[in-house]
Amino acid sequence: MNKNNKDVTAATSCCSKAKQQTQNDNNESAVLASEHSANQNTLQLIIEGAGCASCVGKIEGALNTIPGVKTAEMNFADRTVMVSGNAAAELLIKAIESAGYNAKLMNQGSESEALDEKEQADLAYYKKLMRHTYIALALGIPLMAYGLMGGAMTVETNAERITWLIIGILTFGVMYFSGRHFFVGAWQSFKNHSANMDTLIALGTGTAWLYSMVVVFAPESVPLMARHVYFEATAMIIGLIDLGLALEVKARGKTSEAIKRLIGLQAKMATVIRDDKEVKIAIEQVLKSDIVKVRPGEQIPVDGVVTEGTTSVDESMLTGEPMPVTKKQDDKVVGGTLNKSGTINFRASHVGKDTALAHIINMVKRAQNSKPPIGRLADVISAYFVPMVMIISIVSALVWLNFGPDPAVAFAMVSATTVLIIACPCALGLATPMSVMVGVGKAAEAGVLIRNGEALQTASKITTMILDKTGTITEGAPKVTDIMLANAMTEKQILQLAASMESGSEHPLAEAIVESALEKDIELLKVENFKALVGRGIEANCQDKSLLFGNEKLMHEKGIDITSFVHKAQALAKEAKTPMYFSIDGVLAAIIAVSDPIKADSISAIKRLQNNNIRVIMLTGDNRETAAAVAKKAGITEFVAEVLPEEKADKVKELQMAGEIVGMTGDGINDAPALAQANVGFAIGTGTDVAIESADITLMRGSLHGLADAIAVSKATLRNIKQNLFGAFFYNAAGVPFAAGILYPFFGILLSPVIAGAAMAFSSLTVVSNANRLRLFKAKDH
Amino acid sequence: MIIINVIGISLIFLIIWWFWLYKPNTTVVTDKELLIVVKDGVYTPSVIEVQAGSPLTLKFNRKDASPCTETVLIPVLEISASLKLNDITSVPVPALAVGKYEFHCQMQMYRGVINVV
Repeated sequence: MNKNNKDVTAATSCCSKAKQQTQNDNNESAVLASEHSANQNTLQLIIEGAGCASCVGKIEGALNTIPGVKTAEMNFADRTVMVSGNAAAELLIKAIESAGYNAKLMNQGSESEALDEKEQADLAYYKKLMRHTYIALALGIPLMAYGLMGGAMTVETNAERITWLIIGILTFGVMYFSGRHFFVGAWQSFKNHSANMDTLIALGTGTAWLYSMVVVFAPESVPLMARHVYFEATAMIIGLIDLGLALEVKARGKTSEAIKRLIGLQAKMATVIRDDKEVKIAIEQVLKSDIVKVRPGEQIPVDGVVTEGTTSVDESMLTGEPMPVTKKQDDKVVGGTLNKSGTINFRASHVGKDTALAHIINMVKRAQNSKPPIGRLADVISAYFVPMVMIISIVSALVWLNFGPDPAVAFAMVSATTVLIIACPCALGLATPMSVMVGVGKAAEAGVLIRNGEALQTASKITTMILDKTGTITEGAPKVTDIMLANAMTEKQILQLAASMESGSEHPLAEAIVESALEKDIELLKVENFKALVGRGIEANCQDKSLLFGNEKLMHEKGIDITSFVHKAQALAKEAKTPMYFSIDGVLAAIIAVSDPIKADSISAIKRLQNNNIRVIMLTGDNRETAAAVAKKAGITEFVAEVLPEEKADKVKELQMAGEIVGMTGDGINDAPALAQANVGFAIGTGTDVAIESADITLMRGSLHGLADAIAVSKATLRNIKQNLFGAFFYNAAGVPFAAGILYPFFGILLSPVIAGAAMAFSSLTVVSNANRLRLFKAKDH
Repeated sequence: MIIINVIGISLIFLIIWWFWLYKPNTTVVTDKELLIVVKDGVYTPSVIEVQAGSPLTLKFNRKDASPCTETVLIPVLEISASLKLNDITSVPVPALAVGKYEFHCQMQMYRGVINVV
């Protein structure tokens, strides 16, 4: 797992321990990986009361005396200690307490705590912005109303001068209380040779206020017709932009709902059995290999393997699969899922940051922050945007001053201010990330994990989808259906020999034969000289017999006469079964047929893909007849049979050369090269770490509907991004010239800075709201 | 009028020079970590120089509650991190090859660059 986006609590200085800590941090993936074999755990504890550097030795010393502690490294800078080994957390805490300090666990829990903190910070920020808004609008609205009702916003008499001076001072108060952050931000950016939204707002409102103050203090310096004050514009713009920001904070909170939901799935407590007693402990304290007890209605706290009991588990929150799944002994359970009916005990296999749920959260977070290529143009423009707008504003003012009608100064001031205010770099900057955030979250809700923005964008453009047959279209759990004898041996004898030689093979068809023999209580024999012949079958010796088991090609190669059985094999293949020839000492002994049923919803899911104008091709190593029969049943017209595993990637390449954008769906392990070669690789139905890491998109449930959902979500997200980008580009491209007064020569229209402020404030809000619309997206035709 | 025009045009050149042409001060990183303050629209420091091949931990101290500052991205490296408010968040950056690696907030209003030499 990439640890780059890992948060680590405060470290303010860099003493040597801190450096070690960083090193530890970087190596944490390796540590976590090695835990599998060594049954070890890494716990991070937060220490309170450690005031001096000498405490480090005391704390580390206390921890090192505990049996099971392998290493204890304290980072004095951020007051945390990292302990590796297999000691229980409560023992560590006790040891630290007896050394005179307080300690608590950090890790999993901190994720939801961080979320709570973030929500509180957002709320506080929202309230602050709303206070700013009220103050600014309390001055701006009456002033604007006065102007709209025909009140004179000009300075002609001394009484007017005094009145406007007071209002000018009040406006300065608004700028100070409600708009200070714009000015401070603008100044800091300026010093740093950069410019941002703050620069534009500060310049716009600052110019309007300064101009008005010049009119108040030295009216004679501007032409009579131009002695107009714009205090209402300053106050209104600050108020409206603060309001827009406040609403944006609220709307943004909604875009991260999916990740909140995932984090919310993490259980807080777990019941474990230690020393034959049930103990309720915090989830962070569950160790690998602990036996965890889960009662009906309880959440499964960590990943593990059932050791006792049977139950049904609702995994829909992770896989999107609504049907509960039955779990019995030796079945895997995943943390975050809900135990429905029975009580089970399971042995914890992955805890802490190593669980599938933690990996999913990390992956979704990372993907939500990555950008699809479509956003790059906006990024390039954003980098030059603000100084460009400032230049346009100056040009606009100069044009008005040189060529405008009287009062040219007032027109120049209004147009320059309005250009600065209307331009909205935020809408451009937000257009892509907001949609990606919601889209990736939405996909996760449907059990679809998208690796990054690029995968999201490419998935929306797929023209051809290659589906692996076994385990993708079919259940992937083949069963022996027919044994046709060709000599005097019994079915049991044949199965015994076949299963014995297949027990050395990892092929799914081999597993079917071995399972069939075990079901019938057939004892497996010892085989010698086992050899797998890729793409053809296997050979071995058993009880001094030379055995061959495989396809027609293998039989031909070895010169075995199968003529009388070819038509029988073909008949089996037409029923979508896979017939395999079995020969003993060079003579055909039997045909064993294995069938792998098509998943119940594969047909409808493939139809969904085809209805979206996606060409669906099935790839399989199986023989032609069987492949044809399966393809026909699944509603696929194109298929490629007898493909060797390494040829799958070539087939993908071939289609790419023909101009297709190819999606490849497979199990993520055997199909890894083809998945990597494809424009988008989909790993299906495993939810294991391997698949999550290797594929562009991981489908958490076995159903191919996940595939159609993934494409539908990508298309909807890309559509949303395009709407946002178009909106943001169009808004700025039309708004800036409009504000500069391009319509004035033709229609006599010049935009008011207040309207520009409102438009600017709501343009970014519109982008966020449009992205939020994606939350309502539902994949059709389920 | 001529004076105003000259001032205007000078301002335009000043903007081009100040924001685009000027080479800002670079903070040369010799240690393995660097504290970056996120406040008032800027990362301080924002231009960082680091030797090729040496990993670095950027420690972001976020002091600005604006949602813009919440996320920092290094797009080329596919690194992203959520910055905790009023706290330090460590973002480890692997050893890099020579080049420029930009980092910024989601809206690109906060911007910085790691120059690897």
